[in-house]
Amino acid sequence: MYKFYETSFKSQPPTMREKFQNISFSFVLLLCILAGIGVVMLYSAANGSWSPWALNQLMRFGLGFAVMMVLAFIDVRIFMRYAYLFYFVSLVLLIIVEVEGHIGMGAQRWINLGFMKLQPSELMKIALVLALARYFHSSSLQSIETTKGLITPALMVLFPAFLVMTQPDLGTALMLIFSAGAIFFAVGVQMWKFGVLLLGALILMPIAWNFLHEYQQNRVLTFLDPERDPLGAGYHIIQSKIALGSGGVFGKGFLKGTQSHLNFLPEKHTDFIFTMLSEEFGMIGAIFVVIINVLIIAYCFAFALRSTSYFGKLAAIGLATNFFLYVMINISMVLGLIPVVGIPLPLISYGGTVILSVMAGFGIILSVNVNRNVNIGKD
Amino acid sequence: MNRDNDKGKVLINRSLILGAVELFLLLCLIFRLYYLQVYQADKYKTLADENRISTRLLVPPRGVIYDRHGVMLATNRQNFQVMIVAEQTTNVQETLDALKKIMPITEAEEERVKKDLKKNRSFVPIKIKDNLSWEEVSKIQLNAPDLPGIIIDEGLSRYYPYGEKTAHVIGYVSSVSDTDVKDDPLLEVPGFKIGKAGIEKLYEKRLRGRGGNLKLEVNAIGRVMKEIERVDGIPGDRIDLSIDARLQTKAYELFGEESGAAIMLDVNSGEILAFVSVPAYDPNMLTQGLSTKEWNELNKNERKPLMNKAVAGQYSPGSTFKMVVALAALESGVITPQTRSFCAGRMFLGDHAFHCWKHIGHGYLDVVQALQHSCDIFFYETAQKLGINKIAEMARRFGLGQKIDIGLENEKEGLIPDTEWKWRRFGEPWQQGESLISGIGQGYILTTPIQLATMTARIANGGYEVVPTFTKKDKGSPLNFKKMPINSSYISLVKQGMYDVVNAPGGTALGSRFDFHGLKMAGKTGTTQVRRITMKERQTGIIKQEDLPWKYRNHALFVGYAPHDNPRYAVAVLVEHGRGGSAVAAPIGSKLLLEALKLDATSQPVE
Repeated sequence: MYKFYETSFKSQPPTMREKFQNISFSFVLLLCILAGIGVVMLYSAANGSWSPWALNQLMRFGLGFAVMMVLAFIDVRIFMRYAYLFYFVSLVLLIIVEVEGHIGMGAQRWINLGFMKLQPSELMKIALVLALARYFHSSSLQSIETTKGLITPALMVLFPAFLVMTQPDLGTALMLIFSAGAIFFAVGVQMWKFGVLLLGALILMPIAWNFLHEYQQNRVLTFLDPERDPLGAGYHIIQSKIALGSGGVFGKGFLKGTQSHLNFLPEKHTDFIFTMLSEEFGMIGAIFVVIINVLIIAYCFAFALRSTSYFGKLAAIGLATNFFLYVMINISMVLGLIPVVGIPLPLISYGGTVILSVMAGFGIILSVNVNRNVNIGKD
Repeated sequence: MNRDNDKGKVLINRSLILGAVELFLLLCLIFRLYYLQVYQADKYKTLADENRISTRLLVPPRGVIYDRHGVMLATNRQNFQVMIVAEQTTNVQETLDALKKIMPITEAEEERVKKDLKKNRSFVPIKIKDNLSWEEVSKIQLNAPDLPGIIIDEGLSRYYPYGEKTAHVIGYVSSVSDTDVKDDPLLEVPGFKIGKAGIEKLYEKRLRGRGGNLKLEVNAIGRVMKEIERVDGIPGDRIDLSIDARLQTKAYELFGEESGAAIMLDVNSGEILAFVSVPAYDPNMLTQGLSTKEWNELNKNERKPLMNKAVAGQYSPGSTFKMVVALAALESGVITPQTRSFCAGRMFLGDHAFHCWKHIGHGYLDVVQALQHSCDIFFYETAQKLGINKIAEMARRFGLGQKIDIGLENEKEGLIPDTEWKWRRFGEPWQQGESLISGIGQGYILTTPIQLATMTARIANGGYEVVPTFTKKDKGSPLNFKKMPINSSYISLVKQGMYDVVNAPGGTALGSRFDFHGLKMAGKTGTTQVRRITMKERQTGIIKQEDLPWKYRNHALFVGYAPHDNPRYAVAVLVEHGRGGSAVAAPIGSKLLLEALKLDATSQPVE
């Protein structure tokens, strides 16, 4: 356990040994528990089999874990130094995907690296946070409080968000905007500006509606009234609520979720894995997972507050909020609180890219914690 | 530097707010979980079961129909079907080709199978052919290794061992049509069949039984995973009919190439022992389903095999009506047993001539002799004195001109006219001449064979209002039929006339008499014209029946009972366009009665 008020005034970067000691192992344990739950659920999703998902997921988590540890040992200043470059590279990759998507048929969201498929939008989630953190680290409160000072960071958000939206990946685009919004809020942008933005969004909504793809419109309409199309677009929400609700307080037991195993529940190994977990382990299991996630986010905030550098604080808060958005959007979706958007539950849903991106984020957060006493000048 | 401090403080404050908001939102999820998994859990548990449990109806075996001695008239036979399951074979076409080498499959059948295969999921068995023979089944089983995906399914289908002989009693079952009342979920089961005619229709509810339930666990695409619960249904009731299969068969066969109807009743209980309408259809074919061509052939046949002539055919009773006229006349005192009339072969009403069938005339006759010789002039005169209303009243007491209601569909009322009816129907007064021809059962009068059988039974049993029924009555069960208020001696007189018809020289059915250990029959013949004989034809010589086309020939009728002194059986026979009652109908009635007496003599009680 780390001590919250332990302070040191050393401005020298910590040695490797100090770094290792400063990695919060209780935090790492929480991540492992979450990933372990994921593997167990994937084992169940395959009707009690390690293939095709559980073993794969375990290996991917191992890889993600390694990435996290490597990043944890990197000096936090490195992240700041290369923040813009990283952002720029991610942006270029997004544009490449966009152009390729236009040449090829339909939506393309990834670049094939041979051994894995790289989603530039996942990179952008991290890159945007780091870039904004660096930007606000350097700017003064006065400039933050002026509208003019917000134009550059706003463009930094809107450009990639627009590219992602046209992929089309509404869920990821919204995540970029929300996590950026959280950063804007954290650095002290006045509340009235958010009010104006919200008002503007409300006015623009009918116009934006026409820019949505038909399937996206359907998802929203179906969310508002799932019975509209019970066998088509509404099927996911209805079946998710049935599976989850029928789990009751204690669940139907491991491998015994009827709705999941009889395939009434769609996408049970990816977006709707939380539903399956809730069916088999009931409300107890579901709340347990929520609490693990709350603890992980709480740790991240604590790391942020302990950090002495503005960049470190902001990066940790941004990345933590990013993780929070994954959890919040996914669970709200399967509980029928928001429309179905393709956002997985991090570390539990099957999918390699998300594990890597989330674990990389945690690696940077750990690095912020490890380097909490490193003083970073104002550029 | 001061501002930098502020900037840091703002960040910390705002971060704490942000963290609190995130925490609050995550806690909202917990409340939502509580709402769905505790508050609404029961609702979703029900929905989940609806999802995964598919309830199927189990069709109960249909009740078996027996004759009075326990002979099966309608039963359920194993029906083997060959089916194909697409997912169990790598190549549907190859499997079908291999099957074609074993049994014939028409192109149309193959088309249908392929269409059904496309419509259904690959694990759903699709029927290729049903009603397989044993030979075909064993061939398929022998070649099973070459026939991947082929399965043999066993079902029950209705079978009528007596085929067309019992068709108009038993009826048949067939697929539920849109117009049928769907009062039972069983009717929604694909391939379910219900009674469409006869006893099958009359006792549909009892024969059907009650469906059972099979609860299956299915997955999202409908594949059955396991059986959860099975509640067997209740089989349909057995029905014991009054019919005697041997008499039924005999009656049908006696018709040979002729068409018509014959009914035999137990004169005391009213039980229907034989009931045929000839020609008939094969109910086994109707149950399997006819092709349009076969259906059209049945429909267009001029001998109307689909029509139940015993209840739906309306015919002039002709001379078989004379007993009713005689009884009415005796009862009302218009004639006495001693009254004699002179028959000169014809009589005049105004300037209109009425002819006796025997154009040289019968001379002096009393009522018994008039019946024996079937003299028309005697009954013209009697009817003239009686008036139509008294005749009609007596006819109705013997069951004519009204539905007997034995439960078969399309039963007709027939027609017993009176003066009031004429007014209602035509707005004209009754003519005396119409009374005259009514006296010999012609004119407006129409009766059905079942009515004639009822009439005969009521005469034979001495005036008890027996009602025909298909229900087998237990021996010794009380018979509560009312005795009609008719003087028994008059009935005896009429019966004497009927005895003489068969047994006295000059009787019209003398040729059909029999003496089975002293047991004889009594009866009455009838021949009715279906075309008018013109004056010109009468002068130039009446065309011989044999020279007329079938549909213009006379109808032949016979009613009778046996034994003459202690009647047990009554018959009514109608042979459509059979030319003459004496020549064609009486022999059928006679042989049927004799058969019944012989069976009585040899019968061992069958229990």
